[in-house]
Amino acid sequence: MTKEECRKLVIDIISDIAPDEDVTTVKPDVRLRDQLQLDSMDFLDIVMELRKRHGIEVPEADYMQLASLDSCAEYLTPKFQAKA
Amino acid sequence: MKESHYDAVIIGAGMSGLAAGIRLAHFGKKVCIFERHNAPGGLNSFYSIAGRKYDVGLHAMTNFVPPGVKGTPLGKLLRQLRIDREEFALCPQKRSRVAFRDCELQFTNDFAILDAEVAAKFPHEADGWRSLVQLVRTYDDVALDAKPVSAREIVGQHLRDPLLIDLLFCPVMYYGSAQERDMEFGQFVIMFKALYLEGFARPLDGVRVILRVLLEKYRQAGGERRMKCGVARIVEREGRVAVLQLDDGSEVTADHVISSIGYPETMRACEPSHQAEAEANTGALSFVETISVFKQPPAAWGWGDDTIVFFNDSDRFDYTRAADLVDPRSGVICFPNNFGYAGEGLPEGFLRVTCLANYEKWAGLAEPEYRAAKAAWLQNMQRGARRFLPPVEDAVLAENLVTTDMFTPRTVRKFTGHLNGAIYGAPHKVKDGRTHLSNLYLCGTDQGFLGIIGAMLSGISMANYHILQKG
Repeated sequence: MTKEECRKLVIDIISDIAPDEDVTTVKPDVRLRDQLQLDSMDFLDIVMELRKRHGIEVPEADYMQLASLDSCAEYLTPKFQAKA
Repeated sequence: MKESHYDAVIIGAGMSGLAAGIRLAHFGKKVCIFERHNAPGGLNSFYSIAGRKYDVGLHAMTNFVPPGVKGTPLGKLLRQLRIDREEFALCPQKRSRVAFRDCELQFTNDFAILDAEVAAKFPHEADGWRSLVQLVRTYDDVALDAKPVSAREIVGQHLRDPLLIDLLFCPVMYYGSAQERDMEFGQFVIMFKALYLEGFARPLDGVRVILRVLLEKYRQAGGERRMKCGVARIVEREGRVAVLQLDDGSEVTADHVISSIGYPETMRACEPSHQAEAEANTGALSFVETISVFKQPPAAWGWGDDTIVFFNDSDRFDYTRAADLVDPRSGVICFPNNFGYAGEGLPEGFLRVTCLANYEKWAGLAEPEYRAAKAAWLQNMQRGARRFLPPVEDAVLAENLVTTDMFTPRTVRKFTGHLNGAIYGAPHKVKDGRTHLSNLYLCGTDQGFLGIIGAMLSGISMANYHILQKG
C-alpha cells in the first residue's frame, strides 16, 4: 500500500458517505473540513467505514490525524502495511 | 450463545426504529426489529380501503431543502443512511398559511416570503423578529445535554405582540408539541427550522415511498425484522435488560435494546413495571383527522393554492387537550394534491382536516355512539375548516365526494400503542435517550427530535451515540 493508494481509499469512503460533495478537486494538504462540508457525524463515519471495509481501528484520540488527505495517508498507510 | 441473541434489538418499525436499524446493520451488528403491527411506519404509516391508499400522520414531510443545500437535517439523514436524494422523490409544497380570524401569514419553502409577511403585517416587531430568527438559526437544538427552557418565555423576550406570537406557535405546536400551551425551546427551534426556514415536501405516492426506501436499505444491510410480533416484556436484572419476552411467548436476548414505542409505554413494558414514572410523563394530546376523497382535485373549485392551512378563530390560540370530543376552534387543513408534482398528480382529490381531540371521551363511547360521533364531527370539522378556504357551494362538494374516512384517538391507540392516543408522545423528552437500565435506550418521538426527518435522525443519533461510537 502506497500513500497514493491510501489517499484513494479515503476519497472512496468520503464519496460514498457524502455523494453530494465534489471530491475530484480536494487538495491533499488542506484540511478536509475547509474544502468539504463534513461534520462530526461524517468524520465518525469515515472512522467506522475504515473499520468495516479494511479492519483499521482509529482510536478517538487519533481522530485529528484524519484532518487532511495527506495526514490520513501519513497515519493510515503504516496501519495498512502492518495488516498486509 | 443462543441463536436468538442479537447485538441489538429495536422495538418498533417506525421511522426512528428503521433508521437506527439501518445504521446498526450497515456496520455489521446483528440486529432485529420487532413490530407488533402488520405494517411498518408507526405513527407515519399507511393503509388501503377499497383499493384506495391513505397516509396516516404525514401531511407533508418537513425539513425540505432543495438539492445543494447542505448541513441541514435532510442532508445529514441522507448521508447517514446512504440514501440518494432521488429515492425519496420529494416534491415541494406550493404555499401554506397560518390563518387566524383577523390575520394571516403565508409561508413557502422560501423563507423570504414569511419574512416579508411579518415585516408587512407586524412592522412594530421588526427588530424582535430579526433577533428571534437570528437566535433560532444559531441555536444548538440537537445538543443531547441541553437544559429545558420555556419557548413562550424565550420568544417573549423578542416579540411583544400576542397575535404574532400565536401565529408563529400555531403550526409549530400542531406539527410536534407534546406539551400543552408551551413547548421546550429546543423543540420550538427544531420545528421553526423544519417548517419556516426549511419547508414542506411530499413524494407523489406519500409516506410509503419513504418507508419502502428504509425497508429496502435495512434489508440490504442484513437487518432482520419480525412483524406482528411486539416485545411484551422487558425483563430487567441488575440494572440491565436481561431478556425480552415477545408477544408470541418466545424470548430473545440482546446486548443493546432501543425502544421507539414511547417513554411511558417502555416503562410499562419493563418487568418490574415502572408505573409511577410512566404516569408522570404520559402525553395527553391527541387528534382526530377527517379525510374526504373527491372525483376532481380541489383546484377544480378554487382550492388549488394552499398546501397546508393552520387555522384558529379563538382570541388566543389555545393548544390544550380538547374539553369535548373535538376542539374545532383550531386545526390543520392539508391538500395532498397541492404539491409541485411536475406534471404528474394524484388520481383523485383529497382534503384532510385535523383537530385536537380528547382520548378519554372517544374511548368512553359505545360502538353505535362512536360511529355517530364520527359522522357528526366529520361534518362539523369540514364546516369549521371551510371558513378559512375560498367559498364553495355545498352542492359542488357533495357532487364530487367519493368517500370519507376518519381516525380518532382510539384509532391511534389501537394501531400505534400510544397511551391516550398521544401522537407526539410524552410531554418531557429524554434527549440523551438514557433509561434506568444501562443497555436500554429510547429513540423516536420521546427522545425528542420531531417530524419524520427528526424521527429518523433520532434513531440514527441514538444508534451512533449508545452503540456504534462505543465500538
